[in-house]
Amino acid sequence: MSSKPLAPRDQGAPDYTQYLHPLMAKNYGQWDYHERLRPGVLVHVADSGDKLFTVRAGSPRTMSADTVRKICDIADKYCQGFVRFTTRANVEFLLGNEADLEPLIHTVENDLGWPIGGTGPSVSNVAHTQGWLHCNLPGSDAAGSVKALMDELIDDFRTETLPNRVHISSSCCQINCASHGDISIIVQHHHPPRINHDNMQICELPKVVAICPAAAIRPAIVNGKESVEVVQEKCMYCGACHGQCPSMEIRDAQTDTLSIWVGGKMSNARSAPTFMKLAVWGLPNNPPRWPEISDAVRRILKAYKEGGRPWERLGEWIERIGWQRFFEKTGFPFTKYHIDDSPEALSNLNRSAMVRL
Amino acid sequence: MNSEDSTQGMALHTPMLNELESGPWPSFVTDLKEYSKKRPQIVQLLNQLEESYENRWNYWLGKIINVPGYGGGVIARVSERADTYPALANFHTVRVIEPPGWVYSTGALRNLADTAERHGAGILQLHGMSGDILLLGFDDKGAMDVAEDLMNDGWDIGGSGAAMRTLQCCVGQARCEMACFDTMRTTKFITDSFIEFLHRPEFVYKFKFKLSGCGNDCSNSIVRSDMPIIGTWRGPMQIDQEKVAEFIDEKGIEYLIDNVITRCPTRCISVKGKTLKVEDDECVHCMHCLNVMHKALKPGKERGVTILIGGHRTLKIGDTMSSVLVPFMKLETEEDLEKLKTFIETVWEFWNDNGMDHERIGEFIARVGMSTFLDGIGLQADARMVLRPRTSPYIKFEELAPTRFAGEQAHSPKVWDREPEGAETAD
Repeated sequence: MSSKPLAPRDQGAPDYTQYLHPLMAKNYGQWDYHERLRPGVLVHVADSGDKLFTVRAGSPRTMSADTVRKICDIADKYCQGFVRFTTRANVEFLLGNEADLEPLIHTVENDLGWPIGGTGPSVSNVAHTQGWLHCNLPGSDAAGSVKALMDELIDDFRTETLPNRVHISSSCCQINCASHGDISIIVQHHHPPRINHDNMQICELPKVVAICPAAAIRPAIVNGKESVEVVQEKCMYCGACHGQCPSMEIRDAQTDTLSIWVGGKMSNARSAPTFMKLAVWGLPNNPPRWPEISDAVRRILKAYKEGGRPWERLGEWIERIGWQRFFEKTGFPFTKYHIDDSPEALSNLNRSAMVRL
Repeated sequence: MNSEDSTQGMALHTPMLNELESGPWPSFVTDLKEYSKKRPQIVQLLNQLEESYENRWNYWLGKIINVPGYGGGVIARVSERADTYPALANFHTVRVIEPPGWVYSTGALRNLADTAERHGAGILQLHGMSGDILLLGFDDKGAMDVAEDLMNDGWDIGGSGAAMRTLQCCVGQARCEMACFDTMRTTKFITDSFIEFLHRPEFVYKFKFKLSGCGNDCSNSIVRSDMPIIGTWRGPMQIDQEKVAEFIDEKGIEYLIDNVITRCPTRCISVKGKTLKVEDDECVHCMHCLNVMHKALKPGKERGVTILIGGHRTLKIGDTMSSVLVPFMKLETEEDLEKLKTFIETVWEFWNDNGMDHERIGEFIARVGMSTFLDGIGLQADARMVLRPRTSPYIKFEELAPTRFAGEQAHSPKVWDREPEGAETAD
C-alpha cells in the first residue's frame, strides 16, 4: 500500500485529551459525586454543577467494523461523538443532555441490540479470553460460553439485586489470561503433554526444560534426535511447556474439563484483595452452549443472593458463613482436591479449633 | 485482499455456532455472520470456528512476524486448515496501544474500523486483557500495511513478548470523584517514557502496569499487573457532616451502623448523634465507607499513590498477589513523574540483571526474597510492606556474621555487585 519505508515511530499512547467528552475535559479532576439513576445509567455531578450522564451497555467484545460504526453513529447522534469502554468490555455512552437518555437507551437496546446494565450490585459483563476464534493455545472457547452464560444471567446484568457487584471471568487455558473474578471459569488438563519428538527441533529446548514449574522436563535423545522427556509423576498438567513449545501438546478434546472458582476480589474495599478458590471441578467442555457451566454459576449466584449481606462480595460472604456452608448451600461436593497443595497450602488449612458443628 | 478472491462461493456452514444466536445477550456469531455477507473471508473464519466447536479442537498455530524496527505488536496466526480455508493461511492480530482510560472520539473509532477493514478481516476486539485494541485478520503484507497506516494516523502498536505491555487504567479524574491521581496522564507518561521497551522486547519476561485511581481498583491492577499503581491519600478524610446527617435521615442510623461503621476493617469510624468521626491515623484507605456515603465522604486533600509489586496469574509458581513496595508517593508534578520513572528503571534493572528467563518479577521476588529485592533496588524495609514479621528464626544477620579468615571479605558479595563478565558494549 504505502511506498514509505517502515520504521519505528515510537509514538506512544494516543493523546487522550482529544478523546474526552467536553464535559469530561471541562471538569477533569473536579467531580463531586455520582448517582445511579437506574441500572446501567449513571450521573456524575461536577463541582461546577455540570452533569454527565453515562449509559453502560454490555458488548460481545469481538465486533465487526460495521458494528463499531453503529456505536459511532449512536455516539454521534447523542454523545457529541464521544464514547468509552470499561475494563469488562462494556461500552459507555456519555451524554450531557438528560433529555437524550431515553432515546439513546431505546436506540442501544433496539438498534444495537445490546443490554443496558452492569452497574452497582449486578453481574457485569464477563472478562474473557480469545478462544478458538484466534488463540494458539485454547482448550475451549470463552466467547461462546460467555454468550450462553450471559443469556442466562441477563436479568442480573439489567438489575441491581445482588448483595454487591459480581465480576465473572472466563479463560480458555490454565494460563488464565482473563484472571480473577468473584466467579472464574477455567479449563483443566488431565494428563502430561504429548510430545511430538519429530518436531521438537523447532523449539528452544533449554527454554522448554527451564519453563517447567515442576522440574519435570529433562533433555533426552529420542530416535536419534534432540528432544525432551517428561517425568510423569512430577508433571501437574499446567501446560507451561505447551506455551513455550507447540510440539508439547497439553490439550485433549476427550479429557479436558472446566472448573469454576469463586471468591476472587481485586478491590480493597472492606477486606484485602483475595485469590479465587476452587468450587467445582470436572464440568464437561460442552460446546456450543456449555449448559453445565451456566447451571453451576446460577447455583452459586442464587445462594449468594439469598445469603449475602449488602456490600458483601461473594468471597466475603463465603468467608463469613464458612466454606462448609457454601458447599451445603450450593450442593457442590467438597472433595480432597479442594484441599490446597500449592506453596500457600498450609496457610489455607483451618489452623484453629474454630469449627461449625 | 487477494486471499478473498479464492473464497468466493464458499457456503457458511455453522449449525453449532448458530445455537449461539438465540438468547438476549448480543451474539458475536450474529455480528460476524452478517459481516460475512460482504466479506467472504469471514465465512472461512466461521467455518473453521465451527470445526473447533464440533471437534473441541483449535486450528491456529503461531509464528513470528514483525514490522521492521519492532519486536512486538503482531500476534502471528496461521491456520492448520489453510488447505480448506486459504483465506486463513495467514490471519494475524495487530495489537494497538489504546487511549488511556479507553476514551474515544467517534472519529478515532471509525479510523480504527476503516483501517482494520482496509488491510485485514475488519474484526475488532475492544479490548484485550492487557487493555490493548486488537485488530484481527491480517496476512503478512496486511500486517505491515496496517501498521504503516496506523502510525500515519497517530496510533502506535506493540506490547507482546518479553516486553513492557500496554498499560491499562481506570477512567480516573476524567469522570470519577474518587480518583486520587491522574491515571490517564500517568499511563501516557509511562507508555511514552518507555515506549522502546513496549516495541522491542528486551526483558527477561513480560511486565505489566495497571493504574487505578483509588483502592476500589477498577483496572484490576493488584493481581493482574507486575506493578500496580493505586491512588490513595494521607491525612484527614474529607467529611461533609451536613451530608452525613442527610444520609442518616434518608437511610436510618441502623443502615449506617450495619453497612458503614461495622464494615470498617480497622474500626476507625464512629458516629455520635449525626456526626461521623474518622480516626485518620488508623484508616487504611480501603474505600468502603466512601463507596457507601459517596456524597458525604471524600478522599483527603493530600493525595498520591501506593506502588505495589509482583502480581501475576498462575503460570508458573501459582498466583502471586502484588504487595506494597512504596506506601505513599506524590504523583502530581513533572518532577514526581520523573521520580517514578527513575524508580521503575531501578526496579527493572535489578530484575533484568538477576531474573531468570521467563521469570515474572513476582516469581523473581518469591525466589530471591523480598529483603534481597529491597537491597537490590536500594529501598529501606518498611513495616507497611508486611502483614506481620517473619515467624522463622533462621536468619543470616549481616551485622552479626562471624569474622572470616584474614583477608577474606566479611560476607559473600551480593549477586548484583559481581563484576561484569566482559566489557560493556558501546553504542
